[in-house]
Amino acid sequence: MTTTAPETVDRAALEAVFDAAVAADERIEPRDWMPDAYRTTLIRQIAQHAHSEIIGMQPEANWITRAPSLRRKAILMAKVQDEAGHGLYLYSAAETLGVGRDELLDKLHAGRQRYSSIFNYPTLTWADVGAIGWLVDGAAITNQVPLCRCSYGPYARAMIRVCKEESFHQRQGYELLLALSRGTEAQHAMAQDAVDRWWWPSLMMFGPPDGESPHSAQSMAWKIKRHSNDELRRRFVDICVPQAESLGLTLPDPDLRWNEETGHYDFGPIDWDEFNEVLRGNGPCNEQRLARRREAHEEGAWVREAAAAYAAKHAPAPGPGGGTPHPTPERGTAASGPTEHPEAMA
Amino acid sequence: MTGTDWPLWEVFVRSRRGLSHTHAGSLHAPDARMALRNARDLYTRRSEGVSIWVVPSDAITASSPDEKDPFFEPAGDKAYRHPTFYEIPEGVRHL
Repeated sequence: MTTTAPETVDRAALEAVFDAAVAADERIEPRDWMPDAYRTTLIRQIAQHAHSEIIGMQPEANWITRAPSLRRKAILMAKVQDEAGHGLYLYSAAETLGVGRDELLDKLHAGRQRYSSIFNYPTLTWADVGAIGWLVDGAAITNQVPLCRCSYGPYARAMIRVCKEESFHQRQGYELLLALSRGTEAQHAMAQDAVDRWWWPSLMMFGPPDGESPHSAQSMAWKIKRHSNDELRRRFVDICVPQAESLGLTLPDPDLRWNEETGHYDFGPIDWDEFNEVLRGNGPCNEQRLARRREAHEEGAWVREAAAAYAAKHAPAPGPGGGTPHPTPERGTAASGPTEHPEAMA
Repeated sequence: MTGTDWPLWEVFVRSRRGLSHTHAGSLHAPDARMALRNARDLYTRRSEGVSIWVVPSDAITASSPDEKDPFFEPAGDKAYRHPTFYEIPEGVRHL
């Protein structure tokens, strides 16, 4: 770690530089001085986000072998692969803050870091794949678009990549639901049932109401977060209502109605007890998801070991030129700029 | 439970011929060849590249821990290096 300031430097001066950068909407980069709490908050948030991406592969992967057509199967595989990629972008971003990949995975496996509670719900039918794409990815996009302007550079850059790719996720889900909705009576009912089950958990994805969100105020001051939970939730509801109409499906909320005065949809109360129960580990699939994740990691150990053994055998020193034929980069054109990883500074 | 981390690599992607490689991100891999394969799967899933470089992160020498330090100061007061520094009478063309 090279981020520790020399003791002679006045902390207040460093803090002033940091505050000024945030106030001016500049990005904080890995080797800049930052308050410990800012670093800790980011590690917690980015790790949770990364974990959500890779745990999120499970509910959908559940349907890959039973996709109704080759087209749908190829789409679903591409989507699940994207989720793995998103996890990797985010783990890389977290690592720039001085935390190791192994450490993050260990914490996930030990249940010491969380992932989004939405992935503790089961995917009971094929229509759930559509509902996840439309609603869960839709809610994620609503959350993530403002994160593209997050004050921490590596996180913002990861989110830009993720958001570009997410839009296919949402559209494929919507198209899937539309096909079912316009299909047979049974198919329509299946689509409606999936939307009925995923609607409320999707609204919970925005987190607790503003008054009960412990970290929100500080995160907004640091410009990690740009909009409050309730604001984003309302934006999502406003977007979804007309989309549901176009689908020919209803949203399971009798209180949902347009409010002329506010210019937004009013919606019914969210069952926060259910949210808290799932967070506490009592959702339908908490144990299953974590067990599957640990199992996948353990079962993959021999692959990691074999690759490491091969690398050790064929390359005296890890790095380019270690026996692997590949073209030499043009001299002088490789980036000589600062790397973002504390490890690189060792 | 996890074992040791593979080394970290920085990934540079040339998005198309005629452009230089740009930093795309980083990844872990046991060796250069695996780093290239992983980089292809991670950073060019939608044909974002025609060429990839992977560089061990610890092989990169960075200018300094502070991104805004005196290292870059010498250029700061040399506005005359920019064409906009010079006043040219109106009507003078091709200059």
